[in-house]
Amino acid sequence: MTKKTSTTAEKKPETAAKSAGFSQAPINAGLSGEQKIGLFRTMLRIRRFEERSLRAYQAKKIGGFLHLYIGQEAVAAGCCSLMGKDDHVITAYRDHGHAIAVGMDTKGLMAELYGKATGCSKGKGGSMHYFDPTRNFWGGHGIVGGQIPLGTGLAYALKYQGKKGAAMAFMGDGAVNQGAVHEAYNLASLWNLPVVFVIENNGYSMGTSQERSSAGELAQRAAGYDMEWGQCNGHDVYEVRATMDKFLSKAREQSRPSTVEIDTYRYRGHSVADPDNTYRSKAEIEEYRRTKDPIQVFQDQLVAAKVLDAAIVEKIDAEARAEADQAADFAEASPFPTPDDIQKDVYWEADNPSERKSHGRLFFE
Amino acid sequence: MPVLTYREAIRHALAEELERDPNVVVMGEEVAQFNGAYKVTEGLLAKFGPKRIVDTPISEAGFIGMGVGASMLGVRPVMELMFWSFYSVAFDQILNNAANVRYMSGGQINCPIVIRGPANGGTNVGATHSHTPENVLANHPGVKVVVPATPADAKGLLKSAIRDNDPVFFLENTILYGDKGEVPEGDVLVPLGRADVKRAGTDLTIVTYGRCVLHSLAAAELLAKEHDVSVEVVDLRTIRPLDIDTVLASVAKTHRVLIVEEQKPFASVGSQLAFMIQREAFDELDAPIHRLATIDAPAIYSPPVEVEQLPNPRRVLQAALEVLA
Repeated sequence: MTKKTSTTAEKKPETAAKSAGFSQAPINAGLSGEQKIGLFRTMLRIRRFEERSLRAYQAKKIGGFLHLYIGQEAVAAGCCSLMGKDDHVITAYRDHGHAIAVGMDTKGLMAELYGKATGCSKGKGGSMHYFDPTRNFWGGHGIVGGQIPLGTGLAYALKYQGKKGAAMAFMGDGAVNQGAVHEAYNLASLWNLPVVFVIENNGYSMGTSQERSSAGELAQRAAGYDMEWGQCNGHDVYEVRATMDKFLSKAREQSRPSTVEIDTYRYRGHSVADPDNTYRSKAEIEEYRRTKDPIQVFQDQLVAAKVLDAAIVEKIDAEARAEADQAADFAEASPFPTPDDIQKDVYWEADNPSERKSHGRLFFE
Repeated sequence: MPVLTYREAIRHALAEELERDPNVVVMGEEVAQFNGAYKVTEGLLAKFGPKRIVDTPISEAGFIGMGVGASMLGVRPVMELMFWSFYSVAFDQILNNAANVRYMSGGQINCPIVIRGPANGGTNVGATHSHTPENVLANHPGVKVVVPATPADAKGLLKSAIRDNDPVFFLENTILYGDKGEVPEGDVLVPLGRADVKRAGTDLTIVTYGRCVLHSLAAAELLAKEHDVSVEVVDLRTIRPLDIDTVLASVAKTHRVLIVEEQKPFASVGSQLAFMIQREAFDELDAPIHRLATIDAPAIYSPPVEVEQLPNPRRVLQAALEVLA
């Protein structure tokens, strides 16, 4: 099986020509050189973090699952770079890229993977459950599609509170077949909620290709809910930003939801437990790496535009690698939570005993 | 003291909390324009308008999950499930998302949501609509579970639930909606996690909650009159947090225990109680702990037989005599 050809390319033969134009879209044309380098840096930091975490996993420093974002960096970096103070993000279990893109410290992220008390979720969530509400980042959710009603609820709260923001609710291409997603689509459209549902279509729901798991076009299903939808190339961060800007503005200004399918690709297996030798060819992966790598594509654009040169790239890369190593050192040196911590952070009331109003036992043996 | 029905008591609690806190939103199927499938929310739309009283589609996973998400940003949704039996289609939202989000975020996120609705058998609606999931819910650390038996408790507990910063699941009973009782006027709260001795006695403790409190009180009356037995009835009111101290104090007085619950017996609330009582009051017991539950089968439709499947005063009386024998 191979990854389904991007419908964007099929339906819009002008895509290649347009692609060059995305750098000139207003949302991109206004970026300073420094801001463009910032985007590039974010993407590279995500990749180096992921590579470092893979090494830590292989060294048995990390338990459970590890779903790497390598190859998809332009999606999280592009989308999250558009966030204003009242914009919010929620995603599924492949959440490291979004967490870095919203500005979380990689030390806390790596420590969370190591199961340390200094982790962003105090070692209680793990790889799939990063959270940082201070950066409007609401997880990090483990059940496919289960976060989409929550993201719709973030949008509901924004509207209820009269704030002019939008929620971005990310999911993978496998999530579009979950009932909760469709229930959320209906509510969002019915109630005019400011949410953009983002399908990061990497072609495979775990080890099952899109054509073996999903009938029809993925984003187009939104039309059935009277919702606008779009598709874009997720290998080009300019295109991601230009497309998302349009739909985010619609959410913020008109309080209308939409669904955007972003064509992307993951180089690694579904998780590191996936031997990745049953459902796609090495040649396919290599082809993506060679021709569509989002970091290389953006680097080439920035070098051509004389925003970057080899020396700056090298410096940024060295810094990203050093940051990932420092995060791993920090995680390594940090303490584990103690058994006494197991029953903390379960109930608000138990953690705030002076304000507790209820009586009786909250915990049992 | 004013006399209200259980239904009115809940409505008053909702109205008072809507009045008090602009973040409170009542949401569910038929709660607004239709005035409530069981008329609990009657009149609230007229009083508070469509922003505060919101009709949802029949889409429990969607709207409950939406409420969970909204609560993370500070809205305080009070979600009505037309029947708690429908929790199964929203299970992931209720018991993965609402129950776990505080823990998995290392305490960074609160989920101050209330989910309420009836959870009972006895109305001949068959197995799909007669679930009593309080044991399933309470099995999840992070949540609170309330099952009120009287109008006064329903009002005071719901007010506490809406002000609580943890997710609270509030299980009502369609058969009790029309029951009347005295309800204190004004802003009177009943704290979660405090049991109530509904009848004092010396020979036998019946530990129970929900509608079974009424069956137990009726049986206690008969036991006093016909068997000269003095029964103490402890109404838990809240399943989690659990007021085990009040239960143990009663056991220390009577030395015999019958648990009565409208639950299927396997791994029920009563199972947990029996473990705790034997563990913490073994020396006080003069007889094995007994438990009366729903007869272990899916809820039967046949009206006269369903009465016998559930606990009822006659079955409680019989079980009590077994403990006393």
